[in-house]
Amino acid sequence: MSQENLQRAFYAVLGLLTLGALGLSLFAAGAVGLAFGLFAVMTLGGGLICIWERSVVRSAFALMSTFTGVAGLFVLLESDFLAMAQLLIYVGGILALILFGVMLTPPDMEERRLSRVLPGLALVGAGVTWVSMQVAATANWAVRSAPLDGKADGAISSAERIGVGFLAADQYVVAFELAAIVLTVALVAAVYIARRKRADLEPEPTGGGN
Amino acid sequence: MGLGAYIAVSAALFGLGIVAIITRRNVIYILMGIEMILNAANINFVAFNRFGDNGLDGRMFAVFTIILAAAEAAVALAIVLNVFYLFNSIKPSEADLLRE
Repeated sequence: MSQENLQRAFYAVLGLLTLGALGLSLFAAGAVGLAFGLFAVMTLGGGLICIWERSVVRSAFALMSTFTGVAGLFVLLESDFLAMAQLLIYVGGILALILFGVMLTPPDMEERRLSRVLPGLALVGAGVTWVSMQVAATANWAVRSAPLDGKADGAISSAERIGVGFLAADQYVVAFELAAIVLTVALVAAVYIARRKRADLEPEPTGGGN
Repeated sequence: MGLGAYIAVSAALFGLGIVAIITRRNVIYILMGIEMILNAANINFVAFNRFGDNGLDGRMFAVFTIILAAAEAAVALAIVLNVFYLFNSIKPSEADLLRE
């Protein structure tokens, strides 16, 4: 099968799977189910396209769909602050970093080989099905269906609770400060590592260059 | 939607990240796979926090995962750039300086 036909077949199957998943979730749980199905399809479809596509740039943009879908799932899980942070940091920051990496390194078009991708996908599909069946059959968690914040806690939003948790002395303030230190050290180190050494830039190194 | 649906999505995303890491021989794809795996873990944290009875811990874990993912992406891309300067290639199998 030629490359274009293969590509067409992949996207046709993906579209059919999308329609099936949306219909199934709409049938199972109504409007909330439709939203969940949409975000789940965005998440998993983005991941599938990321694995399938041969061009790194297309994979990176497919990853944007994945991150946005995860943000939508966070909204459905009543974590609005996390959804916002996901959009800001993943879609705005990490994806831009990955695209910088793509642009600063050579393209590699002969990367994907079907003989490697398809068995991996089959194995993952089987594994996920098995895990899901195990979860459905055996797990017995104490599930609470009432919303976590807002109505139950006197109209305090999730963002406010997380902010208070960061700064209250008896909650997460130590982890907050540690995260600040880690970020500072990591970003300064990244700048230092990524900087080209002076010896690489000068045409004739005259000694003393770093 | 119940807890199981979120766990299924998270497991599938984790598997896709593993596939991305295993089948590609390009560091950028490995980074993308790691980001997918971290996102899958985040979905699980938030879902268990939403459906369980454990205060705010899961969401805090998710926040710190996002923070560490940002730091990891920055450092990893700096390392990728250096590997490219050194080896003229970003395939992890070709960075084998210690073997010689």
